[in-house]
Amino acid sequence: MASIDGALLDFKRLDRLATGDTAIHRLDPRAKVLATLVFVVTVVSFGKYEVTALVPFLLFPVAMVALGNLPVSYIIKKIALLCPFALVVGIFNPIFDREVLVQIGSLGITGGWLSFASIVMRSILTVGAAIVLVGVTGFPGVCLALERIGMPRVFAVQLLFLYRYIFVLTDEGSRMERARKLRAFGKKMQPGIFGSLVGHLLLRTWQRAERIHMAMLARGFTGEFHTRKDTEFGSREMLFLFGWSALFIILRFLNLSQLVGSLVTGISP
Amino acid sequence: MSHHIVEVRNLRHVYPDGTVALRDVSFRITHGESVAIIGANGAGKSTLLLHLNGFLSPTAGEIRIGDYPLTKATLPEIRRTVGMVFQDPDDQLFMPTVYDDVAFGPLNLGLPGMEVEQRVKEALEKVGAGHLQDKPPYNLSGGEKKRVAIATVLSMSPDILVMDEPTDGLDPHARRQLMALLKDFSHTRIFTSHDLDMVLELCSRVIILHEGEVRADGPALEIFRNDELLAQCRLEKPLSMQGCPVCRGKG
Amino acid sequence: MHMADALLSPAVGGTMWAVSAGTIAYCARKVRTDLDDSKVPLMGVLGAFIFAAQMINFSIPATGSSGHLGGGLLLSILLGPYAAFLTLASVLVIQALFFADGGLLALGCNIFNLGFFPAFIAYPFVYRRLIGAQQTRSRMTMAAIVAAVIGLQLGAFGVVLETVTSGLSSLPFSTFVVMMQPIHLAIGVVEGFVTAAVASFVYKARPELIQFSPEARSTGSRPVRGVLLAFLAIAVLTGGFVSWFASKDPDGLEWAIAKVTGKEELRAPAQGLLGTLAEVQQKTAVLPDYSFKKPGETGKDETQPAGQRKNAEGSRLGTSVSGVIGALVTLALALLIGFLLKKRQQAV
Repeated sequence: MASIDGALLDFKRLDRLATGDTAIHRLDPRAKVLATLVFVVTVVSFGKYEVTALVPFLLFPVAMVALGNLPVSYIIKKIALLCPFALVVGIFNPIFDREVLVQIGSLGITGGWLSFASIVMRSILTVGAAIVLVGVTGFPGVCLALERIGMPRVFAVQLLFLYRYIFVLTDEGSRMERARKLRAFGKKMQPGIFGSLVGHLLLRTWQRAERIHMAMLARGFTGEFHTRKDTEFGSREMLFLFGWSALFIILRFLNLSQLVGSLVTGISP
Repeated sequence: MSHHIVEVRNLRHVYPDGTVALRDVSFRITHGESVAIIGANGAGKSTLLLHLNGFLSPTAGEIRIGDYPLTKATLPEIRRTVGMVFQDPDDQLFMPTVYDDVAFGPLNLGLPGMEVEQRVKEALEKVGAGHLQDKPPYNLSGGEKKRVAIATVLSMSPDILVMDEPTDGLDPHARRQLMALLKDFSHTRIFTSHDLDMVLELCSRVIILHEGEVRADGPALEIFRNDELLAQCRLEKPLSMQGCPVCRGKG
Repeated sequence: MHMADALLSPAVGGTMWAVSAGTIAYCARKVRTDLDDSKVPLMGVLGAFIFAAQMINFSIPATGSSGHLGGGLLLSILLGPYAAFLTLASVLVIQALFFADGGLLALGCNIFNLGFFPAFIAYPFVYRRLIGAQQTRSRMTMAAIVAAVIGLQLGAFGVVLETVTSGLSSLPFSTFVVMMQPIHLAIGVVEGFVTAAVASFVYKARPELIQFSPEARSTGSRPVRGVLLAFLAIAVLTGGFVSWFASKDPDGLEWAIAKVTGKEELRAPAQGLLGTLAEVQQKTAVLPDYSFKKPGETGKDETQPAGQRKNAEGSRLGTSVSGVIGALVTLALALLIGFLLKKRQQAV
């Protein structure tokens, strides 16, 4: 997150994808959230050294990108950032785990490299699933789904408020930082200055919260939140959720890559 | 509540830190009037507005809206009667979509679903924002935000509209649109503004606040002709009354 | 130090999800009954503030590197532990969904590591105890640094434990601890210093925001202990259940499915399309489908039937030349399907 404005633009872009109007976008968010959860749990339930059996799982994010009409290059770029922590930790595997597990011709592949490859594959799948979920559902949709699945209302409201004001406050923060930079002549931000700059931002945030509360009271707020519930969990949603879940479970126990590989290599001379 | 009257009697407000924001303010605004409250920064305009909706309670004095005095018991009814549009629409639009935001008030009033939907449609139609209903508020332009903020209040069908700096931060075109919209309303309207040309166009009556007191209260034209008064209160004539130095005498 | 899905086993991820969800539910109830409704927008906006503040970097004196505010301790100071925990959890949800920080399953771990420790340990048991009655600037700084360090050390240790118990990383426990803890000592000192700088600025400008934080009084007493005990109970129960589950078979999910379907092993069904495919595979395969060289068995090419998955990790993986080629073909197929779907989508 080197540049504030860059990060913001990126954020807004992902947010805008959710305004698409495809069959996938129109599905009840609950179906998409639950299918994604089943997907993630299935993916991480594989053994430490599994690589090839994970590949068929790409079908899910790929199909969602295609059906949801999401921009492919953008999604790939987001996934390519992956989770740095997982990779940093994973890269130690080849060092500590040197047992040769697989022999391909004269090339011996150690367990460390296998499990590292597995971690990379898992990262791609899980991170991809999360990003694609937001892209075809939108954050408010995800919140609504979680609330209807059982998340406390207070927390749903909290998520929606947070989301609403991220744009407002990061704008405000980046204006302050720009104003400081203009007068700093290349000097780095000192912690003391950071304290008062961010302190100011905090005070303004607090005042804003007071104004928002007034605006809520002005419209009869009494502590209860009413949200629209206009989507329905119908047969399309059933089909989506159970169709994908069934596929994930089949793919969990049937190594499709292995099967296809045997077929291909068996047929070709 | 047939009489949409706002009456303020000897209102005084002292903040906890000892600052006297309002010394002694009295006025009476009757049904259908369009009144501007103007004054320099720190004259007490915002403090006054916050009293009209019961966010601040008077240190001394009394406020009556319609037939009721403003008390804790009448507060819910008064908040429905007085629609308050805040200066920064970002403070007023806090829901995920425009529709949710406009429906927020009616839902809090406990109205049935059909009625809520109809009110939301009408309010958005009225401000010309029907096509925006599924958008999230942060993706709107300044002018759109302002109009939607007004719709969030209209959906509660208030009798009195109170607006803090309605034209603040709008581009000339959006400002024009908004003024045309406000002109059409038949509500009792109370504005605060530094946009004196807007005041001249929309308001027949002007109240000048100066250092927490009502310094003048009368027809807009009369007050804007009083150079001495304006100067004392750190104000000036609307540009349209100043005569253009370039085209003077020709237009 | 966001925990990631890729490093988690379902057992650990699931346990931490249950723990975090339970804590969220508890805090939500608490916040509903204890706080006035003006806190509703305040918590939301402060969550957004944490984002804004994290985007502003400062340079760490004498190192040349830069840091940013974590915010857990600051929120606890401003809001009290319950509201702070909910706010932090909401920030982490956004990070998981939009910035790919960790992922959905790891969310439970992250909320626990970065939310629970600062709000329910560092703040009530360290910060409040150290600061006592008088809030002078030096006392505030000292308390904030100690509390931030302890909170982050616990969080980092949480990451280590979660990673090691999941078993996907081969890093030995001790090496991992030695890597993580010192880094987070440094980060903790910086976090504490910056938290104190912001908090004391606010304290000077509007002392009532910090002094009368409604829950500040009640912390360290019963309610927090309640949370701790409840958390422990949930953790022990879920952990116990899950590990019993897992010990039956190294692979809990597989075991569960086998139980449900009533079969010892889940085989590719012998009839239908899959059966035919399996037959075709048997007949056409040139390369043995599981050509595994297990350590110690080199030279002896062992072929195992697909159903035999007893022997833990090693034998379960069908990784051979055919597996690799198959993976590539499957990948191509997946992309092709995606491409076709997209074409259709655009045509509609």
